[in-house]
Amino acid sequence: MKIAFTTSGSDLSAPLDSRFGRAPKFLVYDLDSESFEVIDNQQNLNAAQGAGIQSAEAVARSGAKALVSGHCGPNAFRVLVAAGIKIYNSDATTVAEALEQFRSGKLKEAGNADVEGHWG
Amino acid sequence: MMLAIASGKGGTGKTTVAVNLAHAFGRPLQLLDCDVEEPNGQLFLPGDALGEEIVTIPVPQVDESLCDSCGECGRFCAYHAIVSFGAKALVFAEMCHGCGGCAKVCPQKAIREIPKRIGVVEKRKSGDIVLLTGRLDVGQAMAPPLIRAVKECLNQNMPAILDAPPGTSCPVIVTIRGADFVLLVTEPTPFGLHDLKLAVDMVRELRIPFGVVVNRVGSGDDRVHVYCRRENVPILAEIPDDRRIAEAYSRGNLIVEALPEYRDLFADLAKKLLKAGNGGGG
Repeated sequence: MKIAFTTSGSDLSAPLDSRFGRAPKFLVYDLDSESFEVIDNQQNLNAAQGAGIQSAEAVARSGAKALVSGHCGPNAFRVLVAAGIKIYNSDATTVAEALEQFRSGKLKEAGNADVEGHWG
Repeated sequence: MMLAIASGKGGTGKTTVAVNLAHAFGRPLQLLDCDVEEPNGQLFLPGDALGEEIVTIPVPQVDESLCDSCGECGRFCAYHAIVSFGAKALVFAEMCHGCGGCAKVCPQKAIREIPKRIGVVEKRKSGDIVLLTGRLDVGQAMAPPLIRAVKECLNQNMPAILDAPPGTSCPVIVTIRGADFVLLVTEPTPFGLHDLKLAVDMVRELRIPFGVVVNRVGSGDDRVHVYCRRENVPILAEIPDDRRIAEAYSRGNLIVEALPEYRDLFADLAKKLLKAGNGGGG
C-alpha cells in the first residue's frame, strides 16, 4: 500500500508540509517495498484556483490509498473521498515521524475537511 | 457615450466621482454599479425601485447512471470545476465559469447544464438617473458573469457611467471593455501611485482613452502628479482633501448638493469628458 505525505523536501527527513493543495511536493511511500518516490506539485503551488482539486488528482494518480498532511480543505476532501483515499491529519514535524505515527496506528482517519478553502 | 470609472487601489473615490458626476451631467443617463461584491451607489441616489432581475450561470449536472468515468470533462475544464478519474465526475459549481464545454465533450452525453443563481440586477430611478446595480449573492465568487448581465441591461441610446470594482483583474476588465473613455481615480499616496501605474498599463493594453482624477489632493506627496506629467496622462480633475467631503459621503450625501462650491469642479469634469468621449483626449 502506498501513502502520500505533503512535504517541501525530497526525503524522509524533510518537513511534513501543513498544507495539502499548495504543498510543494508529495512523497509517496510504498509500505510493501519500503521505497518512495517524490512528485513535484509546483504547478499547483502557484495555481490561481482549484489547487486542492488538482493536488487530490495527482495523489490519486500516484496510486496512494492514504494521505497524511497537516490540513485538508473541503474541495480536496471531496475528490480524495471519491477516489477512495483515506485522509489522516498529522502535526508531525518530519515525513519520517508522520510515517511512524501511521505505522503505529496513532493517526485517526479524518471524517471531514478540517479547514476552510484558501486557508493557507 | 459609455464612461467607465476605475482605479487600481480601492477606496480612492470611484463611487464619489461616479455619483456626483452622474448628477453633474444634468441630463438623463444611466449609472451602472458594477462593483457587484460591494455595490453602494444606491446609498447616494435614493429613488424608487423599478424591479429586480435574477442572474444565473449554467453549471454542469452529471447523470451518474450515464457517466463512465472517462475523464474527458475534467481534462477539458481549465478551472478544475469538474473532475473525474476512476470515479463518477464531481462538480465544483463555485469554480465553474459556465462555458458549457464539459457537456459538449462528454462522449456519454451524461452532462447537462442547469442554472445556478449568482445574484441580481436591481433597477431604480433617482431623478434623471437610472441606476442599475449588480449585487452578487453572498458566498458567490464569480463576479464577471454578473457584471456582464448588468451591462446587458444598458440602453445604448442613453449615456452611461460605469462604476467599476477596484483592482485590475477580470471584474474590472469586464466592466471597462467597450467603454469610450476610462476615468482612473487615484490619491496622491505611494499606494495610490503604485496601483495607478497598474491601472494605466491595463487601459493602455485595452487601448481605451483615459484620464485621471486625483482625489484628496494635499494629503500626500506630488509623485502622482510627477508620474502623470512624465507619462503624458491628463489630470482632468483634482478634488481637495476636505474633511467636509468625507463627512457628506459618510452621511450618504452628494458633494454637489451638500457642498455647492464643488459643483463647478464636477460640471467642468463632465464637460471635459463629453469632449474626450467624442473623439478628443486620451
